[in-house]
Amino acid sequence: MYFNPRKEQKFVQILLWTFTLITVSILFFILIFILKNGLRAVNIPFLTSNPKNMGRSGGIFSTIIGTIALTMMAILIATPLGVGSAIYLTEYTRENRITRIIRFGAECLAGIPSIIFGLFGFILFVTKLKFGWSILSGSLTLAFMILPTIIRTSEEAMKCVPSSYREVSYSLGTTKWQMVTKVVLPSALPGIVTGVILSVGRSIGETAAVIFTAGSALRIPTSIFSSSRTMAVHFYILAREGISLSNAYGTAAVLIIAILMINIITYRLMNRFMKKYR
Amino acid sequence: MNHLQRNEKLIQIALLVVAFSAVSILAIITVFIFEEGTPILFKYGFKNFLFGLNWYPTEQSFGLLPMILGSLMVTLGALIIGVPFGLGCAIFLTEFSSKQLRHIIKPIIELLAGIPSVVYGFFGVVILVPFIRKTLGGPGLSVLAASIILGIMILPTIISISIDSLQALPPSYREGSIALGATRWQTTKMVLLPAARSGIVASIILGMGRAIGETMAVIMIAGNAISIPHSVLDPVRTLTSNIALEMGYASGEHRQALFATGVILFIIIMILNTVAHISAARRKS
Repeated sequence: MYFNPRKEQKFVQILLWTFTLITVSILFFILIFILKNGLRAVNIPFLTSNPKNMGRSGGIFSTIIGTIALTMMAILIATPLGVGSAIYLTEYTRENRITRIIRFGAECLAGIPSIIFGLFGFILFVTKLKFGWSILSGSLTLAFMILPTIIRTSEEAMKCVPSSYREVSYSLGTTKWQMVTKVVLPSALPGIVTGVILSVGRSIGETAAVIFTAGSALRIPTSIFSSSRTMAVHFYILAREGISLSNAYGTAAVLIIAILMINIITYRLMNRFMKKYR
Repeated sequence: MNHLQRNEKLIQIALLVVAFSAVSILAIITVFIFEEGTPILFKYGFKNFLFGLNWYPTEQSFGLLPMILGSLMVTLGALIIGVPFGLGCAIFLTEFSSKQLRHIIKPIIELLAGIPSVVYGFFGVVILVPFIRKTLGGPGLSVLAASIILGIMILPTIISISIDSLQALPPSYREGSIALGATRWQTTKMVLLPAARSGIVASIILGMGRAIGETMAVIMIAGNAISIPHSVLDPVRTLTSNIALEMGYASGEHRQALFATGVILFIIIMILNTVAHISAARRKS
């Protein structure tokens, strides 16, 4: 069968245009649909009052606090581990069997579904270590989940730092550690921050790993051992159990706006960082 | 100087230990999931788990076949929907669109990758499920609904990795082919796609992993009935939903059986990861 290449080209071009258009419009449609229905429920009292009557009425204040507490702790745990790993991989070693094992491990960890993290966090932190359903259990589980992202983005950021920076530092007689802390880390900081913010976005939206480790208590958490419900879990429970559709939309809208803002900041930072070293 | 050198050595060792955190966490997770899940697999036999049709976990009946098939069906469905659109979008943005358009659309798609999966699930419940129920019949909560939503969810993964691997090709490939008089599409079809194949395959496998592993969205839209679906309009339960639905109240052997479900899921994901890793490694060399 023979097609005229020009006609074939025209045909494919139109087809691909259509595919792209459909893809982008579906994604936009979902976004606008949720925001349009959700923003009606969102107002200042919705953000500042606690859920009442299992979330049938009232706001989402305690879940916002829960989300922030859980995410911040997860970041505090994962960032030193991730950045440390990245420093080792880029500055302290060459490509060899050990780095390949580390990279493969991080890649596999990134591919593990969140429900497996949830199961694991439940059995280790909640049951065996007796932390119970708590912010501590939840944030440890989340930290393990976001570790690969932080390793990868920090590594890429450090690789972007020109090697001349390192050479100049050495020529001034610094040790390797001084070079890393005084030259490489400050230069790579925007890139590292990008990875961290990206992980914040992922933690905020996570449900499966959190619901079995942090639980779903509606009170404002008082310590790292109290159970807490995140916005994503709250939304899931409201929607799945049909508790309140309007509050579900509202929570989803707040969640999406938070995540979009985080992603836009990340994108800005990343672009600025890339421009600096290119 | 001597103590500085000693410090350097200590720092290097400390960093090596930290660098092994990801591998150790992977190992710990594997150990704990297998420790909880495998005893019951051995007690009642792998065969009963993999090929059993009945899941009555409180009566020692742990057949996971409907869930295994359920996971595979919705994943296949997600790929059927996600791959043509994702790949089409990636090809369009790298080879056919203007640079400006690409610089607008790619970030938008990546931004949308951040939408939480529960939101996609909710969208499925309020829009897609009623639509399927009205137009095609059946309960609406179905293989089809889950496939469509998962297909949409994996689009950003497939698009952005495929774009990266198409853009990573040396410009000389394009130039050479165009210079021989090939059209853009002929160039794409005969030169670029084969050259970027391993990266594209990796993107599809990663999307597949995301679809198999997705939990909350699937619970909301797949219907969760424990039976092998006969058509795409029948409800279905996946391995992930099986864990998440019953974890809240399971105890004893029932809970162990859920961990066994996790073990099977884990093995499937690890196989996919390894294939993706090999495929990506081939791209680099």
